[in-house]
Amino acid sequence: MADIAATDAPAAARSSGEADKGTLRLHRAIMIGIAIALVIAPFVAYPVFVMKVLCFALFALAFNLLLGYGGLLSFGHAAYFGMASYVCAFTAKNWGLTPELAILLGTAVSGGLGLVFGALAIRRQGIYFAMITLALAQMVFFFSLQTPRFTGGEDGIQAVPRGKLFGLIDLADDRALYWLVAAIFMAGLLAMYRIIHSPFGQVCKAIRDNEPRAISLGYRANQYKLAVFVLSAMLAGLAGSTKAIVFQLASLTDVHWSMSGEVVLMTLVGGLGTVFGPIAGALVIVSMQNYLASLGAWVTVVQGVIFVICVMTFREGIVGVISKWIGKPL
Amino acid sequence: MKLKTFLTTTALAALMAAPALAQQISVKAGVLNDRSGLYADLSGEGSVIAARMAVEDFKAAEKGIKVEIVSADHQNKPDVGSTIARTWYDQDGVDLILDVPTSSVALAVNQITREKNKIHINSGAASSDLSGKACSPNTIHWTYDTYALAQGTGGAMVKAGGDSWFFMTADYAFGHALERDTSAIVTKNGGKVLGVVRTPFPGTDFSSFLLQAQASKAKVIGLANAGGDTINSIKQAGEFGITAGGQKLAGLLVFLTDVHSLGLATAQGLVLTESFYWDTNDQTRGWSDRFAKANGGKKPTMVQAGVYSGMLHYLKAVEAAKSKDSAVVMAKMKEMPTDDPLFGKGSVRADGRKMHDMYLFEVKKPGESKGPWDYYKQVSVLPAEQAFRPLAESECPLVKK
Amino acid sequence: MFELLGIPPQALFGQVLLGLINGSFYAILSLGLAVIFGLLNIINFSHGAQYMMGAFVAWMCLTYLGINYWAALLLAPLIVGATGIAIERLLLKRIAHVDHLYGLLLTFGLALIIQGLFRNQYGSSGLPYQIPAELRGGVNLGFMFLPWYRGWVVVASLIVCLATWFLIEKTRLGAYLRAATENPTLTQAFGINVPLLVTLTYGFGVALAGFAGVLAAPIYSVNPNMGADLIIVVFAVVVIGGMGSILGAIVTGFSLGLIEGLTKVFYPEASATVIFIIMVLVLLVRPAGLFGRAA
Repeated sequence: MADIAATDAPAAARSSGEADKGTLRLHRAIMIGIAIALVIAPFVAYPVFVMKVLCFALFALAFNLLLGYGGLLSFGHAAYFGMASYVCAFTAKNWGLTPELAILLGTAVSGGLGLVFGALAIRRQGIYFAMITLALAQMVFFFSLQTPRFTGGEDGIQAVPRGKLFGLIDLADDRALYWLVAAIFMAGLLAMYRIIHSPFGQVCKAIRDNEPRAISLGYRANQYKLAVFVLSAMLAGLAGSTKAIVFQLASLTDVHWSMSGEVVLMTLVGGLGTVFGPIAGALVIVSMQNYLASLGAWVTVVQGVIFVICVMTFREGIVGVISKWIGKPL
Repeated sequence: MKLKTFLTTTALAALMAAPALAQQISVKAGVLNDRSGLYADLSGEGSVIAARMAVEDFKAAEKGIKVEIVSADHQNKPDVGSTIARTWYDQDGVDLILDVPTSSVALAVNQITREKNKIHINSGAASSDLSGKACSPNTIHWTYDTYALAQGTGGAMVKAGGDSWFFMTADYAFGHALERDTSAIVTKNGGKVLGVVRTPFPGTDFSSFLLQAQASKAKVIGLANAGGDTINSIKQAGEFGITAGGQKLAGLLVFLTDVHSLGLATAQGLVLTESFYWDTNDQTRGWSDRFAKANGGKKPTMVQAGVYSGMLHYLKAVEAAKSKDSAVVMAKMKEMPTDDPLFGKGSVRADGRKMHDMYLFEVKKPGESKGPWDYYKQVSVLPAEQAFRPLAESECPLVKK
Repeated sequence: MFELLGIPPQALFGQVLLGLINGSFYAILSLGLAVIFGLLNIINFSHGAQYMMGAFVAWMCLTYLGINYWAALLLAPLIVGATGIAIERLLLKRIAHVDHLYGLLLTFGLALIIQGLFRNQYGSSGLPYQIPAELRGGVNLGFMFLPWYRGWVVVASLIVCLATWFLIEKTRLGAYLRAATENPTLTQAFGINVPLLVTLTYGFGVALAGFAGVLAAPIYSVNPNMGADLIIVVFAVVVIGGMGSILGAIVTGFSLGLIEGLTKVFYPEASATVIFIIMVLVLLVRPAGLFGRAA
C-alpha cells in the first residue's frame, strides 16, 4: 500500500521548510487558477458538461483522500456516491426538500454508511480491504435494486426537481445551477486541502507510512483511519447528491461496481495521491466518455487500454509527472 | 466501426429540384439507443439504417427538407441517455430523438424532451407509462408497449386453454409492469394466477425458479423478463424438460433477434406478440430485403421497423406543416393518419400512443423453417383497438377529463 | 407428507441439488483465483472475462472449426491458459515489483478490454451452444428432473477441484509452489525457477476459469457479459473462504452455492444478496475468512 500512496510527493520537497513555503504558494496559485477557470468555464463550454466534470472531480477527490492519506484503496466508493444520490433525489422529489437540504441529507447518510462500512473494512489492508469494500458496495447495489419504492429500481428516481436554493433562487436555469455546483466543488476542494494539512492529516500520513510506529507513539490508528474513511464517504456523498440535482436523476449506474472502477481510473490517470490529480483525471475521463460516446463498446476498450497503459508505464499519472518535473508536490 | 454521423442528403440538388418551396427546412434527427449492450442487436445500428431508409424513401431532398441523422449509445443507462439528450437538444440543435429502448432511459428522455419542447418518437421501450402516467405532448410511443404485449400473449394463451399461470418476473420496474398488465388480462379472461417468483435481475441461472414453476403445475409459465434473462430461462426450461412436460412458455417480450440467438430447436413453440414481422407481405419482405443488405444480412426487428415508420411520419408532418416547430409538427402527426409499407394504416392518439394492429406469432419448429430468419408463423391478428389500452382507462393527464 | 417450513421436501431437495451445481462454478472460479492469489498476490480481476473467453473459444471451435464439446473442454482451457501466460509474461511480470494493488488495477483494465472486444465482435444478446448429444435428456430422481448435463457439471468440477488440491498439496511440484509462496527468494536460491513457476501458475489459474467457461457454455448462453457480474460474487466467495486457501476456496464455493439455492426457496428476492450478507457476518467474526490465516 505504502508505495502507491508514497508517489504523492518527492521526498526532497517535503523535507525543508523553505520548499514547503514554496509549495504552499504554488498550491494557492493553483487554487486561484482553478477558481478563475471555474468562472470562465460556463461561458466557453457547455455548462452541464462542466458540472458533470465537477461532480466527478469531487468524487475522485474523495476517493483519493482515502487512498492518498489513509493509504486505503477502496473498490466500493460507488456505494456512498450512489446512496447519497438516491437520498438526495428521493427527499427532493418526495419530501419537497430544498436542494441544499437534500444535498446535505445525502451527504450525511453516506457519512453514516461510511461509518458502518469503514468499521468493517479497516480491519484489513491492501487487497483485502479493496475486496471487502467492493463486496460491501455490492450489497448496497442489491439493496438499491430491491427497494424500488425508495430507489425506483431499474428506472431510477427521475424528474428530480432542481428546486429553489434556500427557497429563493430558481435553479432550473443551467447557469444558476452552475454557480451552486462550482461553489460546492470549490468548498469540497478547500475542505479536503484543509484536512490534509491539519494535524489530523499529518497523523493520518504517519499512520499510512508506518502504522506500528504511529501506534507506538500513542495514536489510535484505527480511529484515524475510520475518520478518514467517513470523511471520504461524505465527500463522495456530496458529489453524488450534487450529481442527482444536476441531472435530476439517481440511478443504478451510480451504485454499480463499474462506477467504483471509473473513479479509480480517474484518480489513476490524474495521479494517485496527488492533491490536484483527481481533478485532471476526472476532466480527461469525462471528456473522453463524452466525445467517444458514438464509438459504443469501443469506449470500454479504450478505457481498459488507458487503465493498462497507466499501470504499466504511467503510474504517477498526469499531475504526478508534472509534479516530478517541477520537483514540488501537487 | 465507423463514426456514426453522416449527412444524408445533399442540399444543393434539392434546392434546384424543388423551386416551389420557398424556404428550405433542415431537421436533425438523433437515433439514441443501445449500441453495445443487451439491446444492441434489436435496435443499435439497425435503427440508424432504418431511419436513413425513411429519409431516402421519403425523398426528403427533393421536397426541400434537409435531414441530418446523428446517433449515440446510451448504454442502457438513464444518466448517460439523459446527458446525451440534453447535449443534443441544447448544443447540437437536434429536433427529434428516435428509438430509445430500455424503459428507464426512455422515461428520462421523455421528460427532457418535454422540458426542452422537442419531439421524441419512441420505438424501443416497453413501458406503457410512456403513453400513460408519464405521457407528454412531445412524445409518441410508436411500436409496442407492455399493455399490448400482455393483451396479445396473455389473452391468446388463456383463450387457447392456458388458464392457469405462473409468473417468472425479473425483479425490477419493467418486469413488474409486464407481470401486472398480464395478470390483469389473465384474470379478466377467466384464468387464474397460481404463483409468482421474482428473479434477481439480471440473472443467469433460472433453474431453481423453473423448478418452482414446474411444481406449481400451472399450464402456462409467463416470462415477465427481457433480453438475456428471457433467453436463459427459455433455454433452461428446455433443459429441465419443462416444455416437454406439457407446460407452455409465454415469452411476454421476445424479439426476432432473441429467437435468432436461441435457435429454433430451443425456441420452437414459443408464443409471442410483435407488431411487425418481416415475412408478413410483399411490402414488408421487399423493405426487409433492402434493410438486410445494409445490415449485414440481419432482418429487421419490430423496433427497427418502428424507427423507419416513425421517421417517415415525422417527415410527412414536417412537409405538410411546412415547419419544424415542435407543437405544430406534433399536432400534424396526431391529425394525419399514418400509412407506411411496414405497419399499414394507423393513427396517433391524443395520448401519444401510435395505433396499429399487433400480431400473435408462434415460433416454428426447425423442420418448418425454410432458412435463416424464417422463424414465425402467424397465429392471429389483434386489431389496434383491442391491443392497446383504451383511452377511457388511460392515466394520461393529457386526455383525462 | 411432512413439510419443512411450508416447503415440500421435493422442492427442497431439488433446490439443494441445483445449489450444488451453481456451487460447482463458484468452486472452480474461486479455486483459480485462490491459486493465482497464493503465488502472485494479486486478485485477478479479469478472471470473469477469462471465464467468458473459455465459453467463446468453445463456441468458436464448434462454429468455425467443427471441434466438438469434448475436445473443446480440453482445448479451450489450454488456449485461454496460453493467453494468460502471455499476459503474465508481457504485463504482470513487469509490475511485480510495485504494489500488488496495481495488479488488481491492471487486470481490471484487461477485463474491460476483453469484454469490450468480444462485445464489438459478437454483440451482447448471446450465442447459442447446444448441449453435447451424449448428455442430452436427463433422469427423473423422483423429487426432480436432473438433466444429465447438470450432473456432469458437478462431477467434472469435483474432479478438477480435487485434482488441483492433490497437485498442490501432495506432489513435488505443489511443494515447490508452496515454498515459492512462502519465500520466493529462498526457493529461487535452491535452484527452482520461480519466475517460470509464477507464469505457469497464472496460466493454470486462468485455464481453470476457461474450463469453467466451457462447462457453462451449454447452460447459459455464450455472452460477452457472462463473467462480469459472476466474478463479483466469486470475489465474495473468496473473501469468505479466506484468500489464498485452496481447500477454503473449494469448500466455500460449494457450500455457498448450497446456501444460495436454499435462499431461492425461502426468500428468492434475497438470493443475490445472501452471499454478501454472509461475507459481512464472517468478516465480523473472522476477518481473515473461514480458512485464511490472520495477516
